[in-house]
Amino acid sequence: MSLFNLVLSVLVIGATFFVFGQRAAAGQQATGTIKLHSRSHYHGMWAAITSTLPALLILLVIVLGKNLLFQHWASHFFPPEVAGGDAVDRAIALAKITNVVDGIKFGEVEPWVQSAGEAWTRWESDTIIVANVLVLGVSLTGGLLGYRRISFKFRARNHVERILTWMLIGSSTVAIFTTIGIVLSILFESIRFFKLIPPQDFLFGLEWNPQFEGAERAGSGGGTATYGMIPMFVGTFLISFIALAVAVPVGLFSAIYLAEYATLRVRGIVKPLLEILAGVPTVVYGFFAALTVAPVVKSVGESVGLEVASESALAAGLVMGVMIIPFISSLSDDVINAVPQALRDAAFGLGSTKSEAVRQVVLPAALPGIVAAVILAVSRAVGETMIVVMAAGLAANLSFNPLDAVTTVTSQIVTILVGDQEFESAKTLSAFALALMLIVTTLALNYYALQIVKKYREQYE
Amino acid sequence: MQLEESSRMVQTTSTLEARTIPDSTLGQIHADNPRMKARNVDVFYADKHAIDNISLDIGSGQVISFIGPSGCGKSTFLRCLNRMNDTIDSCRVSGEIMIDDQNIYDSSIDVVLLRARVGMVFQKPNPFPKSIFDNVAYGPRIHGLATSKVELDHIVETSLQRAGLWEEVKDRLDQPGTGLSGGQQQRLCIARAIAVSPEVILMDEPCSALDPIATAKIEELISELREQYTIVIVTHSMQQAARVSDRTAYFHLGKLIEVGDTKQVFTNPLHALTQDYITGRFG
Repeated sequence: MSLFNLVLSVLVIGATFFVFGQRAAAGQQATGTIKLHSRSHYHGMWAAITSTLPALLILLVIVLGKNLLFQHWASHFFPPEVAGGDAVDRAIALAKITNVVDGIKFGEVEPWVQSAGEAWTRWESDTIIVANVLVLGVSLTGGLLGYRRISFKFRARNHVERILTWMLIGSSTVAIFTTIGIVLSILFESIRFFKLIPPQDFLFGLEWNPQFEGAERAGSGGGTATYGMIPMFVGTFLISFIALAVAVPVGLFSAIYLAEYATLRVRGIVKPLLEILAGVPTVVYGFFAALTVAPVVKSVGESVGLEVASESALAAGLVMGVMIIPFISSLSDDVINAVPQALRDAAFGLGSTKSEAVRQVVLPAALPGIVAAVILAVSRAVGETMIVVMAAGLAANLSFNPLDAVTTVTSQIVTILVGDQEFESAKTLSAFALALMLIVTTLALNYYALQIVKKYREQYE
Repeated sequence: MQLEESSRMVQTTSTLEARTIPDSTLGQIHADNPRMKARNVDVFYADKHAIDNISLDIGSGQVISFIGPSGCGKSTFLRCLNRMNDTIDSCRVSGEIMIDDQNIYDSSIDVVLLRARVGMVFQKPNPFPKSIFDNVAYGPRIHGLATSKVELDHIVETSLQRAGLWEEVKDRLDQPGTGLSGGQQQRLCIARAIAVSPEVILMDEPCSALDPIATAKIEELISELREQYTIVIVTHSMQQAARVSDRTAYFHLGKLIEVGDTKQVFTNPLHALTQDYITGRFG
């Protein structure tokens, strides 16, 4: 049976046990004057859970764990020079074996690889049988055990609720573990990078020239590769700052207008229109910035006698600002609406004008939510890639001038990792170090912003 | 009210009007020294006729209470007196409400100044999520009543003293007003209202969210404030109306049925509907 059919069978068994469990409980209710502790469908759910949950968990373990086990077994086939060799040799040996398993042939296959591959194929087919028997067996046994516990005294509701709680806890930890996984994978690659390039050169270096990597090795001369991250971080913050300078006032003011001044009709039209902005793909913003805004910025700048690069930080920042307006306006609008009407009434009852009520009562009460919206916007701006790749240029200039071409951390990561990579080179690994620093920076910004909110928040009930 | 008295009154209902809504208000709508005068006021919420042709004087230096069953329009009428109904989009008001011979619904009236003269205390205590000091100082600040920090401190202190809260909060003026108990919060709201020196204070069921002890304190406070302010109070508690007010107005289905001296309304109501309500047979 294929994996899909196996899962389907377990679910069918679960559904059957649900029906029987519910009937059994309802039948006990009907026979006499006894009262069930839990309503009959809880008994059904209990039987369904005992028949599906353990079986599916076992299946998950088998699917995730079988390759590790097979790799361990396959290593017994290695000839002594491979078994005694380093990690790379063993990885190559394993790849040869899996090629045999998958039927891919490169030239003459060594006999030990051939026999290991045949063994592996045998293990695969055995595992499928074992998995089928085990999973279906556990499903039926579990269901029967659960079914037998059903009686009018059995507290099925409490058990089902507890199992549901654990399932919810499990779901909520998936995101946390994924984040930890991402950070760890980046961290390990970064450590490899820092073994090649001293951290202080990376953290405080003012020059970014990874394209010369390998030049010395190839003997073509040229230059030396340098890995200083400062120019990209300056570029990132310059563009993000321009974007926020556009998005925060415009977004906040439109949120205030929508929440406090607009009539219901206007609000019903304007709010969805603003949110359409959030649905425009960033690549569309990218060519809008590169083909429309950047030339305008250049011609306006040159008409007043300024020297403007054709791909400028200003153009990218302006368009990015427009892109994040809906994040700020929509979220701020929600939090402003959530401020109790009683506070506005109190302000108006004391003779406040509308703008006084907004400035002195509504906005302070909504501040934590507004700051949260701005933090989200900052994260978007710092992590935005497409617009800057297309409109800000790739030259790692260390410049604070918004009219220069600059580059950002994310666009450098893209240029490094696009195309064929050599995973032992400092150039490729530097992308992970950049990503690590980016994560650390945004985390630090978020933490700092939350501290500010904590200090200035005005709590209402 | 004594039991015998009310049972005697029930026997004499033959002298009362029948239980139909009268065409015009019974009793004395005029006050000797009116601070505000409402004439022929109608209020509509969209198509709903919430207030039907009400005329009433609010006497200077008096406490007048509005009573009546839920939905009778007493809160709506109260909110007309400082134009708080303006914040409701569908609400339309017609007729005249005069303060110092000026119609407050006239286009020349600045609603901001009106609300500074006619303050309001709400049903649920609604202190700002600011410190106790900033709550009271809010009104004086927006109206520019204090020219110096010393003067502002003085206004805050006297307002809190008049609201009977000073002794309880003088050591923690910088703490949030929302951290006080419900009764203290409501007295803070009263202090906040009197900090702008209003002439009239409107109170919309100010004790309905409070326990009996806090209620007693607020009632005591109203008795003290009547010397300096004109007070209009909406209440669901007949005892409260009888205890704190000089005049009482009974509202029914958007109409003002009867108004008169509190003692007279409670001991010798002119209309059967009023009597039904105050004796607890209706509402």
